[in-house]
Amino acid sequence: MIRIGAFLVGLFFSGWLIVSAGMGAYTYVTVPAAPTAEHEFHKLPGKVDFSFNGPVGHYDRAQLQRGLQVYREVCSACHSLKYVSFRDFKDLGYSEGQVKAIAQNWPAETPSINPETGEATTRKPQPQDKIPSPYPNDVAARAANNNAAPPDLSLMTKARHDGSNYVHALLTGYQNPPAELKKHFPDSMPGKTTHFNPYFANLNLAMPAPLTTDGQVTYADGNPKPTVDQMAKDVSAFLTWTAEPKLEQRKRAGIAAVIFLLIFFGLCIGAYKNVWADKKGVA
Amino acid sequence: MSFPWAKEYKPSNPFMRYMDEKLPLPRFVYNAIGAGYPVPRNLNYFWNFGVLAGVALVCQLVTGIILAMHFAAESGVAFSSVEHIMRDVNAGWFLRYAHANGASMFFIVVYIHIFRGLFYGSYKPPREMVWHLGLVIFLLMMATAFMGYVLPWGQMSFWGAKVITGLFGAIPLVGTPIQTWLLGGFAPDNAALNRFFSLHYLLPFVILGVIVLHIWALHIPGSSNPTGVEVKDEQDTVPFHPYYTAKDGVGVAAFFLVFATLLFFAPNFLGEPDNYIPANPLATPANIVPEWYFWPFYAILRAFTVDFWFIPAKLLGVLAMFASILLLFFLPWLDTSAVRSGHYRPLFRKFFWYGLGPCIVILGYCGGSHATDGVVLVSQIAAAYYFAHFLIILPIVARIETPKPLPTSITEAVLAKSGASLQPAE
Repeated sequence: MIRIGAFLVGLFFSGWLIVSAGMGAYTYVTVPAAPTAEHEFHKLPGKVDFSFNGPVGHYDRAQLQRGLQVYREVCSACHSLKYVSFRDFKDLGYSEGQVKAIAQNWPAETPSINPETGEATTRKPQPQDKIPSPYPNDVAARAANNNAAPPDLSLMTKARHDGSNYVHALLTGYQNPPAELKKHFPDSMPGKTTHFNPYFANLNLAMPAPLTTDGQVTYADGNPKPTVDQMAKDVSAFLTWTAEPKLEQRKRAGIAAVIFLLIFFGLCIGAYKNVWADKKGVA
Repeated sequence: MSFPWAKEYKPSNPFMRYMDEKLPLPRFVYNAIGAGYPVPRNLNYFWNFGVLAGVALVCQLVTGIILAMHFAAESGVAFSSVEHIMRDVNAGWFLRYAHANGASMFFIVVYIHIFRGLFYGSYKPPREMVWHLGLVIFLLMMATAFMGYVLPWGQMSFWGAKVITGLFGAIPLVGTPIQTWLLGGFAPDNAALNRFFSLHYLLPFVILGVIVLHIWALHIPGSSNPTGVEVKDEQDTVPFHPYYTAKDGVGVAAFFLVFATLLFFAPNFLGEPDNYIPANPLATPANIVPEWYFWPFYAILRAFTVDFWFIPAKLLGVLAMFASILLLFFLPWLDTSAVRSGHYRPLFRKFFWYGLGPCIVILGYCGGSHATDGVVLVSQIAAAYYFAHFLIILPIVARIETPKPLPTSITEAVLAKSGASLQPAE
């Protein structure tokens, strides 16, 4: 009885799936799916040789400091970094005093309450504060940017596939839309408030190219030269740190754990062989 | 319970004798996983995975209980409380990555454990109850993992919760009210997040309880083995301790090596980047996919694209997805072959390795991919095979197959393998 019921259920599901597949295949052949602009023009980011790649990779402190400078002078005009505190910048190699100076001189202020009147106001950020957002709230962020609120960047490199390479590719990938795009997909051409970038998922994004000219940011010691590519690399490295500040501890702990476990594994095999010595193949 | 030659617990220490009289817990452990449990001597490394699943559960419990001390189950702050754990809690990054990847490790070992059972016919009498309790654990695991994935309240958490509870919305007439009742609202929000947190904390302990039953039921007939021949006498078995505790040690060390590699060097490899974006009910992700361990079932759900007469395709997909797991409960009666082990079943073995194996891999790949026409087409053929394999092919194979001759005993099989010959008893 169970087997007859099972046979019928199996026949129904399998049969209907085969029928559906047949119908799908027929449509697939007779009405081929139209190619999409994304399929034709979307590009995957190229690999950047970051210092933190690989199992023993670590952050390059000087690069993170340069990246912070790019973020502060360019990105922070629109993008928040709300999960990062000023005190975290000590990890970039800054001293207590330097962190305090960075907080005090930050371009945006921290929301506060006037202790006398109770009215909303702002004050200079302190090292224990999170990085203040450039906008007082999401509505203001949208209103200032054609209704496209600039996303928070704290986790950006983990929130996109291949994030560190992606941020670099996106920042250096702005270009004029190819003639082929205009010819075959006029609807996918950038509009008045969007900009073509083949690394962006749907090809057009609201953010205009933020890094446009070499030397846009002046690096303290003038070395390396702040080309667009270099600035993009530095800020990608910085945003990798904001997303994964414990990367170095993690990899260090990982090396220790794997070495320990390899020794443990060897001991376990030894114990196993020892215990079973009298049993293998003997009755 | 167990075999007449099982060693008896004889405590020599007076305190242990006292304990044995008042509360025989040491005796219980001795008989369950100590020298008092005789186990077939020929188990291969596939028999490690039950213990490994237990280890994985303990890892999840320990990391989970500590994470719960720092997590805030409130939809406004859940996401940032997870970031607080990652950035400010001592070793918080370790706890969270261990818990997220621990879930994957748990599913990896449980899938291998289930495949071991499928290949070696562990579901056949007298061990049907062990198999059924195992499936109950599997279902509980799936529910627990799904609810845990909702807790960080990222984009995939939110939309995953919406899609999965939406499955109940496919039930005719009462579907929508049931979905609203499950979520405590019309869409996932604070009510859903709170109840998922509550249940995500509860269910692992239910799993622990069912594991006790699973092991209890196993110890009545005793463990099966790669030949599928039942234990005949004492020389077919060895005591669990020290023989299999030593062998499980090797498995546990290998398990932690894989786990550590994943956790420390590729902690986000198995995750979806979209879950690092806070939940946004107004922005649907381009491709809503569950975690990798649900991909084969998700592929079956999406494979139904055509309405059958008055049954909508979505309802068919939901029924088929649940059926794809529930049919495993009927396996002891579908596969009627008296031979357990796939080693001695030439035809079954072919269908297992060339049919079921690739079928599951293809379904998994399709379930994780963007549902283009081509992907759906392939998943339809693979899903058709999945149902045919269990419901049609297995019963027929059991009927028409001529199995290879079985060894007369486990000991004979061990000796044949090692090349020695059976000495006449003196």
